[in-house]
Amino acid sequence: MKKISKSWLLSIVITIGIIIYFSTNLIVEEQEVFAPGDMTHGHHQIEMSCATCHDASSNNKPGPVLQHACMNCHGAELKESDDSHPKSKFTDPRNFARVKELDARLCMTCHTEHKLEITNSMGVTLPEDFCFKCHQEIADDRPSHKGMEFTSCGTSGCHNYHDNTALYEDFLVKHMDDKSHKEVSQVKTVSLANEISTLDQYPIEKYPLKTLINADIDAPLSVQYDNTVSEDWSATSHAQAGVNCTACHKVKQKSGELKWVDKPNHESCKTCHTSEVEGFLAGKHGMRLKEGLSAMTPAMALLPMKKSSHSKELSCVSCHSSHKFDVKHAAVESCLNCHNDKHSQAYKDSPHFIAWHNEVNGTVKADTGVSCATCHMPRTEKDINDTSIVLSEHNQNMNLRPNDKMLRTVCMSCHGLGFSINALADKKLIEKNFKGLPSVHVESIDLVKDRVLKNKTPKEGNP
Amino acid sequence: MNFKLLGLTSIIGLSTILSGCGETKTTGIEPKFMADALFHVMEADRTVYTKLIIGRLTKKDKVIKASENWKDEKALVLPAQMFRYGSERVAEKTSDFSYSLLSLWPVNAQNKPKTDVEKTGLKFIADNPGENFYANEDLGGQKYFTAIYPDIAVAGACISCHNEHKDSPRTDFKLGEVMGGVVIRIPTKS
Repeated sequence: MKKISKSWLLSIVITIGIIIYFSTNLIVEEQEVFAPGDMTHGHHQIEMSCATCHDASSNNKPGPVLQHACMNCHGAELKESDDSHPKSKFTDPRNFARVKELDARLCMTCHTEHKLEITNSMGVTLPEDFCFKCHQEIADDRPSHKGMEFTSCGTSGCHNYHDNTALYEDFLVKHMDDKSHKEVSQVKTVSLANEISTLDQYPIEKYPLKTLINADIDAPLSVQYDNTVSEDWSATSHAQAGVNCTACHKVKQKSGELKWVDKPNHESCKTCHTSEVEGFLAGKHGMRLKEGLSAMTPAMALLPMKKSSHSKELSCVSCHSSHKFDVKHAAVESCLNCHNDKHSQAYKDSPHFIAWHNEVNGTVKADTGVSCATCHMPRTEKDINDTSIVLSEHNQNMNLRPNDKMLRTVCMSCHGLGFSINALADKKLIEKNFKGLPSVHVESIDLVKDRVLKNKTPKEGNP
Repeated sequence: MNFKLLGLTSIIGLSTILSGCGETKTTGIEPKFMADALFHVMEADRTVYTKLIIGRLTKKDKVIKASENWKDEKALVLPAQMFRYGSERVAEKTSDFSYSLLSLWPVNAQNKPKTDVEKTGLKFIADNPGENFYANEDLGGQKYFTAIYPDIAVAGACISCHNEHKDSPRTDFKLGEVMGGVVIRIPTKS
């Protein structure tokens, strides 16, 4: 009898222990215990923040995925890319039959998370021939497409579901005779002074656009710093544009009072570099910070990273380093300090790096080199307060996947369209960081050429 | 006295008729009235844009061109695109009505008639210039009042663009002809 009581007591203790363990896990970061499956490379960083995507009105478990949660993060990108399949195409009553086939009003129809075993590229969880559902008669309009597999629409380098800004027919026609390399290869120039000019709230009276020297430093006397800090700062574009210490270190408190902070975070940078910080927070480097989680570290990444960097916490200064803000360092060395995949490892043996090396050494013109950032954080024109300004896009997703998003923003600064399409379709060439020539040939420009030539012959009457 | 009583009764009766008392209560604006009103606004805006912006600046003054690829070519948005972008913005705000521009001879094959009402209606307005077409239809279990109005070639820019477009199935449009139809749908209960 005494033995039975002990067993019961033990069972009760274990049961309570299990309940406490799982209850605690529901409210602390380790919600993955209940996650129904692994997440894609796009969302794994924020796996612990269920409420970012799921209805959180129920306390017990995450509710359904909210459509507006998808749009909160991806809406701007879809708009920017002139989404080829906007929601309105499917809410139109005349397309009700299509909605029955594929309810593309909801992102979740095609992109279901936690289903890694059935996830294709671009996080699509439908069979790859899904275009068939609406475009089965495509060969009637485009006889050249007769016999083509529907699995190849989006995988052969010809079409994307959302972003076709570099693949639409008239664009292909315009660039069908492009040479592989352009005569002038140069990316757009960025200017901090231009960026400041777009800021409505910039305190220009306190920080006028004039070059500052060490004697101008406005840090309070109580702040201790060594000479390296002031020397680093005085060599930056910050000092050249009149951005003094207090511009970053005096941070507005909840009370409205400005207080000196030794290590300001991305919120301080955002005061002037709004677009860059928003891009950082929307991208893979900063999305955890945006959701209130701890900073991303290379140890959490799914891509291969260098062990020496595993514990590094990502922030603005982790790449730009505080006070130095050396954009050339940030554009290559900061990336290679962590990234250790084949493409990254091959970079310093590539023609792109040679061009970069020459630019850094000053043997060629500025903005003609190709750094990691040239391709992955490209300089793009953005409309801010009705002014068009060139800024570095810090959200990698804006031009990383599908990789032909890079065609316009990156590749075509130096290369022709056809050459670029072929290069981006060549996985082995990408691994070698584009050392060599494309061995893949995408047919899209050939098909367009044929059609253009046929259209030059006069039409015989009208249907 | 009888005349006074008769007069009073007549006035009350007339007032009742005029004030609508005793009528069956309506639940809102009639779908046809609403569709017609919407079309008047759409047609007016579309004509103004086509004539005063596109026609004037591209054909008469020749200061800018209009292009399907307006963003890349820093050009004016085509009238049909302007119409579609407006329709998409409306769709983001309400499902109380929807509209589109369709044609028996569309440049974009997606704008061919699809439902039976669209097929009948577009043929009707093409065969009967100046007339509209009204019908009720059921799409996916939802009933709609559907109105189809003729879309007329109001400017030279309309016909030259369509007649010369590589994807246009018809290349002999003339000024004043029906080129397609504006389809307005209003969901109804019955």
